[in-house]
Amino acid sequence: MMILKILFRNAFHNKLRSGLTILGIAVAILAFGLLRTVISSWYAGVEAASTSRLVTRNAISIIFTLPLSYNEKIRQIEGVKMVSYGNWFGGVYIEEKNFFPNFCVEPRTYLEIYPEFVLSPAEKKAFLADRKGFVAGRKLAAKYGWKIGDPVTLKGTIYPGNWDFVLRGIYKGRDDTTDETQFYFHWDYLNETIKKVSPPRADQVGFYMIAVTRPDLSADVALAVDKTFKNSLAETLTETEKAFNQGFIAMSGAIVTAIQMVSFVVIIIIMAVVANTMAMTTRERIGDYAIMKTLGFGGRDITVLIFGESLVISLTGCLTGMILTFPAAAAFGQSLANFFPIFIVSRETLYLDILAAILIGCLAAIIPTRQAIRIGIADGLRRIG
Amino acid sequence: MAEQKQNIVEIRHLYKSYHRGSLVVPVLFDITFDIVSGEFLALMGPSGSGKTTLLNLLAGIDKADEGSIRVGDLDITTFSETELAHWRANHVGFIFQFYNLIPVLKAIENVELPLHLTSLSKRERRDHAEMALRMVGLEHRMDHYPQELSGGEQQRVAIARAIVTDPTILVADEPTGDLDRVSAEEILAMMERLNSEMGKTIIMVTHDPRAAQRAKILRHLDKGYLTDDDSQNPL
Ligand SMILES: Nc1ncnc2c1ncn2[C@@H]1O[C@H](COP(=O)(O)OP(=O)(O)OP(=O)(O)O)[C@@H](O)[C@H]1O
Ligand SMILES: [Mg+2]
Repeated sequence: MMILKILFRNAFHNKLRSGLTILGIAVAILAFGLLRTVISSWYAGVEAASTSRLVTRNAISIIFTLPLSYNEKIRQIEGVKMVSYGNWFGGVYIEEKNFFPNFCVEPRTYLEIYPEFVLSPAEKKAFLADRKGFVAGRKLAAKYGWKIGDPVTLKGTIYPGNWDFVLRGIYKGRDDTTDETQFYFHWDYLNETIKKVSPPRADQVGFYMIAVTRPDLSADVALAVDKTFKNSLAETLTETEKAFNQGFIAMSGAIVTAIQMVSFVVIIIIMAVVANTMAMTTRERIGDYAIMKTLGFGGRDITVLIFGESLVISLTGCLTGMILTFPAAAAFGQSLANFFPIFIVSRETLYLDILAAILIGCLAAIIPTRQAIRIGIADGLRRIG
Repeated sequence: MAEQKQNIVEIRHLYKSYHRGSLVVPVLFDITFDIVSGEFLALMGPSGSGKTTLLNLLAGIDKADEGSIRVGDLDITTFSETELAHWRANHVGFIFQFYNLIPVLKAIENVELPLHLTSLSKRERRDHAEMALRMVGLEHRMDHYPQELSGGEQQRVAIARAIVTDPTILVADEPTGDLDRVSAEEILAMMERLNSEMGKTIIMVTHDPRAAQRAKILRHLDKGYLTDDDSQNPL
């Protein structure tokens, strides 16, 4: 079709202007894609969480602990298959900026409850046998170049002093969504050391992790656990792991909202830029459109010409931006692996990209199209020369 | 040419004014005249006298306030926008001062453009366009874009585009206004040939007395009035 030929050639006629506009759209789509990915990776932890696992913590706040003695009591509750426990350690590796999650756990039960952390039998055995041993996720070990047998020292923040560990295992994630940046070690190691330096803080547990016999029992078991410790010194709050993670994330909800808003603001800005470009372009082509109308082409043809040109430009920019998103996300994800262990551009983000581009293209074309159609042929022709 | 005396255009009591905000600017007053088939008419007059306006009205790209314009068997003043567009595509060939080719289309594609509104096949469109380009002597410039052609060549492409649909009338608004003398002569000679050899009815607006000389008949417009009656061109 001739109209298509004209609109495609129009789109790339002024190479500098089209090129800059396309670049602008590409950068906007790239920024949009990365911001959306930040948000979705933020929630990825929640998605990966299981509903058949429960987490029990102190009812007052996550920063208060629970007595170790609860372990036995929880195990007695009907529907409970296995119980593990751990403490958030909050250690620092060399410098503050090297942030990664690290905590101590009761290793035997923890590995059973979390089968998504895949460890070879030999490494598992070595880890269980070494009180000072620790296990690191594949990404974490790769980042710091740790190899099996390497000594690693963390500086305690919650538990002061330098803590020495030996790497005994490197786990691999079973799924895409499994966090491969964790660092965990023996709860006993922490507890015994604490016992010596500050006895009142010993035998305290940050959180219990409970595997239930059947997922549909989760709610009942959670109620039963909390009921057991009602009116005791440390009351508990038990929720599914998913809810627990959501609560964790809710704390940073404001930031997520801000990022979300910025991602849309980027799109609105580029919309204004493209609308301006299209307004300029169509003003220059008023004569062309007048000629086409003179020859007998109708308003519909002019509409197709302008919308088509606008969409060609916005979709070209979008495609460029989408292609750039992948390497950019890979680089971004690598450098921020500790904050966003799962940084994958989702299909939804790509759909949103395309949707945004179509919106940009159409909105930018509306006003110029109205102007081009409204102007009388005779007036349009007078603008030439 | 026996039917040469038949009127192809009949204009009766035509009035036209423009509106600038609340201000009404009258431009044409009580214009009445006929154009016979096969005519080559030059419309002359000072700047602002309403020549372009009159041409636009009889070519169906502007609407009169009053009066009728009959072209062939049809009164185009009764047409809707869509009907007018359809009518122009079939009955009018346009030649403008600034050629007005589509810059992103090659010469041949520009000539083909109006044929896209007809039912011709792709092949037929190409054949017709090539023939029209051959008639204006530009078959060797088929694949050139307008900016790669001289003014005179661009105007010849525009003429090819105007005749490719075999329209009832050809209208030309200052077709030589932007050309040097040599190119202008070429274009005029070509229009003369279209008229004499192919019997095309041509209505041409011009300032240029040399251009007017080529026409068979002259009409003068002054401040919106036709000032003469059927004066034959002295040539
Ligand atoms: N869209 C418009 N709105 C208001 N006035 C107009 C409009 N178009 C033309 N005019 C006025 O109508 C009058 C006739 O214009 P027209 O273009 O027909 O003159 P012309 O004889 O073709 O002049 P020229 O030789 O300079 O091309 C002029 O005074 C012009 O200013
Ligand atoms: Mg004029």
